[in-house]
Amino acid sequence: MADSVFHHVVRAPEDPILGVTVAYNKDTSPNKLNLGVGAYRTEEGKPLVLSVVRQAEQSLVNDPSRVKEYLPIIGLAEFNKLSAKLICGADSPAIQENRVTTVQCLSGTGSLRVGGEFLARHYHERTIYIPQPTWGNHPKVFTLAGLSVKYYRYYDPATRGLDFQGLLEDLGSAPSGAVVLLHACAHNPTGVDPTVEQWEQIRQLMRSKQLLPFFDSAYQGFASGSLDADAQSVRMFVADGGECLVAQSYAKNMGLYGERVGALSIVCKTSDVAGKVESQLKLVIRPMYSNPPLHGASIVATILRDKDMYNEWTIELKAMADRIISMRHQLFEALKTRGTPGDWSHIIKQIGMFTFTGLNSEQVAFMRQEYHIYMTSDGRISMAGLSSRTVPHLADAIHAAVTRAS
Amino acid sequence: MASAMLSFASAPASLSVHENLKGKAKIGSANFRSSVPERNPFAKTKHFGRVSMSVAVNVSRFEGITMAPPDPILGVSEAFKADTDERKLNLGVGAYRTEELQPYVLKVVKKAENLMLERGENKEYLPIEGLVAFNKATAELLFGADNPVIKQQRVATVQGLSGTGSLRLAAALIERYFPGAKVLISSPTWGNHKNIFNDARVPWSEYRYYDPKTVGLDFEGMIADIKDAPEGSFILLHGCAHNPTGIDPTPEQWEKIADVIQKKNHIPFFDVAYQGFASGSLDADAGSVRLFAARGMELLVAQSYSKNLGLYAERIGAINVVCSTADAATRVKSQLKRLARPMYSNPPVHGAKIVANIVSDPALFNEWKAEMEMMAGRIKNVRQKLYDSLSAKDKSGKDWSFILKQIGMFSFTGLSKTQSENMTNKWHVYMTKDGRISLAGLNLAKCEDLADAIVDSYHNVS
Repeated sequence: MADSVFHHVVRAPEDPILGVTVAYNKDTSPNKLNLGVGAYRTEEGKPLVLSVVRQAEQSLVNDPSRVKEYLPIIGLAEFNKLSAKLICGADSPAIQENRVTTVQCLSGTGSLRVGGEFLARHYHERTIYIPQPTWGNHPKVFTLAGLSVKYYRYYDPATRGLDFQGLLEDLGSAPSGAVVLLHACAHNPTGVDPTVEQWEQIRQLMRSKQLLPFFDSAYQGFASGSLDADAQSVRMFVADGGECLVAQSYAKNMGLYGERVGALSIVCKTSDVAGKVESQLKLVIRPMYSNPPLHGASIVATILRDKDMYNEWTIELKAMADRIISMRHQLFEALKTRGTPGDWSHIIKQIGMFTFTGLNSEQVAFMRQEYHIYMTSDGRISMAGLSSRTVPHLADAIHAAVTRAS
Repeated sequence: MASAMLSFASAPASLSVHENLKGKAKIGSANFRSSVPERNPFAKTKHFGRVSMSVAVNVSRFEGITMAPPDPILGVSEAFKADTDERKLNLGVGAYRTEELQPYVLKVVKKAENLMLERGENKEYLPIEGLVAFNKATAELLFGADNPVIKQQRVATVQGLSGTGSLRLAAALIERYFPGAKVLISSPTWGNHKNIFNDARVPWSEYRYYDPKTVGLDFEGMIADIKDAPEGSFILLHGCAHNPTGIDPTPEQWEKIADVIQKKNHIPFFDVAYQGFASGSLDADAGSVRLFAARGMELLVAQSYSKNLGLYAERIGAINVVCSTADAATRVKSQLKRLARPMYSNPPVHGAKIVANIVSDPALFNEWKAEMEMMAGRIKNVRQKLYDSLSAKDKSGKDWSFILKQIGMFSFTGLSKTQSENMTNKWHVYMTKDGRISLAGLNLAKCEDLADAIVDSYHNVS
């Protein structure tokens, strides 16, 4: 038989983030702990399907009039409208003036990819500035979309906080018109967010240089527990009348991870432009997957349109956010109790699902080997994967890593 | 406007103009013509060079973007919806309709969804390659569970976003690992194929397929064009129920196609969107793919469950790559994952679970087969009635039997673009401009009216 035509195809390494779970699954230790991928876990360490989501699903399945016909290329219309309102605010003039085009996409990743492809085809500046560090998939998404990726300073390891000066300098020296990726809240992987005042400075700088904001909003409501507070950064930019892109994900805040529900909104100067932009987005989507999946978007629309379900959702959402905040405090206290060397206050200052521990890759490897704790090699841990029961084990591991491993 | 657009997109000129404007107030993009009415104070000004203005950006950064034309296939349904005439008939998009012309959710799908809800399954991320149980089931369905390619673990299967998404992953793989290799697509073929390869930056060309003289297969032309292609090209083949023509090669012709592909070291690339839906039999409809696999050839196969399980909107399909060794399959699968991750991270779970549940449960699986036979049977009945009506109404003696010989959801009527437009404008029959009608959108009750429309358009419009 002839040699395979694929003989030159090498084996790709596991995805660095999702590969953590692959390794975790192979581990047979009863003490193993998965703090890798950002998926919420209950206090019992179980995945959670929100009760309001189950309700919505039940009503969908029970409805005999429901069909599975192809959605339009840009997805479920009602879902799109409600998503735009959720992120921009129901009374946003941009929405009232029809200046926002919103298209349903495959969660956050899909929204970023479609937005990136659109910019690569239709925008004159093909460089996108992304924060250092950022979610591991960002550079790949934008590169494959056809943009070139540059970094702006963001995280300061010395303070384990924001390098605000560095950020302003780097954005200040970016070419006019460049695209800038901003994490709307709960920065991934650091959990470090600008303050409201800092956001205002960023906004002014960006507008003065015509830098185009591209928001990644994956944690609205999940970071602080308040949907409005977590949308504030985006709304500041929308309110000033300028243009921006926003990628939304419902993976975490509605627990719809595997359903791949998200939306890309492009806020334009005029409704005329928004209409044309929308038509061009369709040309990006059609050769990629034709039209988006129905199930997850239907669940979201069912919840967002119903006042009672919406309220239930906000309560369940706040409960998740509160549990994570409580894990932060518990871990912080546990390290204090052990007298672990170093300042660990960043654990309670950072926000959202992740903590950037500041551990280096040797320490991370040590914790995996000796304590069966799985996290990404940049020292990022998912607080959502912790429980009161497992905090002591993690604290022990960190303590050992800091005192024993380099 | 194209030149204005291009200069906008390519940047350097406008940027250097821009740098010159430092110190003066700037405008977002200096180098193109504004087309925004009243709100823009500069609407009446043509500017192809530098602009001086003293106010910050009022013009959209996306100002020069043109309105894209509507998708030729999906746009048909949009036009149909807008039509208020009660005789209107939608023979545009290929979605199955019942005899009452209603969308159809398979009973077995509803059962599966209820089961899934009762079990209270979670919504965790699938692995990048999709639901493991689905991938196993889909490969077995396609090749047969006892097929050596399956037993020897030589198939790399990755869940994809229905047919389109699976084709796109394959195209991305070709672009990365077979740079410069061409894909040959049939003339005609599904309208979105070329878009997929264009966006994936894979060069393509056409092989002759449809013969308008016979309203059948131009077999000689097809073989000649495949033979002429540069060695190692990818040949896109429709596994069954060719879209848009409905014309499939015979088993003997498939053997000859496989011969020429092997001789030229081409790689067969199947699009299987109708397995079970064409003839009513899952195994029969997989015949062409299995024929190639049995020869020990390496091949790519994109699958879709949109039609055969009625899961259109759930976007469930798979890309399968049959390799000569299990090791190659492992490597190929890892690279397919690397392409999926920056596109959408991991695929949607709902449709995958529906398929996996149905295929793994013998009772549900049998129910599915029965419903599929029913759907395929209805289409065959409609073909027969349409043929009978055409033969009765058309006094010219034209042979309409190709309607019976074609298979699957679609029929290539042989109507030209202007004749197809007449179908819509005069008869409110919505179809694509290439003369394709979707028989899935036709019922027995409307066959006579449709026959009238076709006869009129064919004979009275040039």
